[in-house]
Amino acid sequence: MIIKTNKLNLWYGAFQALIDVDLAIERNRITALIGPSGCGKSTLLRVFNRMNDLIEGVRMSGSVNFEGKEILDHEIDLITLRKRIGMVFQRPNPFPLSVFENVVYGLRVHGEKNKQVLAEAAEKSLSAVLLFDELKDKLSMNALGLSLEQQQRLCIARLLSVTPEVLLMDEPCSALDPFATMKIEELMIELKKQYTIVIVTHNMQQAARISDDCGYLLLGELVEFADTKKIFTTPADKRTEDYITGRFG
Amino acid sequence: MRDTNRTQRIAFACLQAATILIVIPVALIVLLVLFRGLPGLSLEFIFSMPREGMRAGGIFPAIVGTTYLVLGAAVFSIPLGILAAIYLNEYAPKSRLTRLIELAIINLAGVPSIVYGLFGLGLFVIFLNFGSSILAGSLTLAIEGLPVIITATREALGAVPRSFREVSYSLGASRWQTVRHVVLPNAVPGIMTGTILELSRAAGETAPILFTVAAFYLPRLPQSVYDQAMALPYHIYVLSTQVPGVSVKIQYGTVLVLVGMIFILNVIAAYIRARFRKRKTW
Repeated sequence: MIIKTNKLNLWYGAFQALIDVDLAIERNRITALIGPSGCGKSTLLRVFNRMNDLIEGVRMSGSVNFEGKEILDHEIDLITLRKRIGMVFQRPNPFPLSVFENVVYGLRVHGEKNKQVLAEAAEKSLSAVLLFDELKDKLSMNALGLSLEQQQRLCIARLLSVTPEVLLMDEPCSALDPFATMKIEELMIELKKQYTIVIVTHNMQQAARISDDCGYLLLGELVEFADTKKIFTTPADKRTEDYITGRFG
Repeated sequence: MRDTNRTQRIAFACLQAATILIVIPVALIVLLVLFRGLPGLSLEFIFSMPREGMRAGGIFPAIVGTTYLVLGAAVFSIPLGILAAIYLNEYAPKSRLTRLIELAIINLAGVPSIVYGLFGLGLFVIFLNFGSSILAGSLTLAIEGLPVIITATREALGAVPRSFREVSYSLGASRWQTVRHVVLPNAVPGIMTGTILELSRAAGETAPILFTVAAFYLPRLPQSVYDQAMALPYHIYVLSTQVPGVSVKIQYGTVLVLVGMIFILNVIAAYIRARFRKRKTW
């Protein structure tokens, strides 16, 4: 177990977006969070790297334990936390820089100046997302000229270069076509050998295809959390069944 | 149906007429200045000292003076304005103090330029004892330009997509690292455009330099920042109202030089903006 929440509550001002969420994320597995729009799945994901802090008026209670450390602690070093728990966003969002500069952004920001180190890190990260062979001669081209799928891979590579342990993915395929989606899914299955992945998706088939564990959220509550096979074959809760059979959502 | 069309045509004609009316004064000013000023323009006019009580010779000291003043204003106002804008846009909490500062900036922009002149006279020339000098004039122009530079910078910073910041934070960058590596580089063209436009306006300001630096007649170049200097806008005022018998050639030649300098600055600003727009894909 790498991340464990206990009675996690979150409020945006007066609105309670997460209610008593208890969840345990296992190492080297893909954990999917599913549920209808506004159910709190993205909010939950953004608790793990404290990205909700950027929104004014957010309050949290309960506990989120990451490798023995309390994430909700005010004293926690957000920089270290975010290096260890990285995030891939819904829309591919490379910086308007070269492919190379995108990949090494995290390293540069953290003060790495050695060209050799940067080049090796770029190759390693791009190889990990199976982009290196495609782009090794185009490292200086602007990343915005890449296809959306390549851009999303590049964003994952940019994240891998800061050597995280957990990858949070917020609907990483929603801007991609089905073929590109398939490629990114294959990549995720490859990546889980080394990383722990938590993915938010509104696409139930995607959750069923790639995840090992699956949590169903509804109106801020974690209705059910179990092995993906179990969720999709014999859900314990009637509300989960309604959702996965398409009677609701 | 016919009525709708007619209203539409009338509205269209009104809008078009209003737009064309804007062009007329600009065209007239430019043409007048060109026609009357070009005959007086020569290398000698630009690069020599005034003679015979400014009725002959050139306007070199005024050109140099205005250049120094613009550079001086830039040195003081650009760092201060940009740093303040970064703080307000990226760091400042939404507090009462922040709102007070924002209100102050808006009010600063609304202060008439002659008031800046008197303020500069009181603070820099007399109280800080800089005397009537390039230093005092530059500082006065800098303060007058601050609100515009701050506003332009804030707009440029605000135009950098939120997602860039989010990604940067999510990669473990601190707020300053994010500003330094992501926000600023993408805001630089906007900041430069706004800043250059403000400096071009400062070049033409008369009231703020009136009591703080401008010399009526000083047929030598300033030696230090504590020297007075001639400046083009004030020189134009002097030539047209204070010295009898100045030829139209010299009067309009001076105007043409000032308008030309401002025009060049504006073209640079427009060029930067156009270049950036082509590159910008987000």
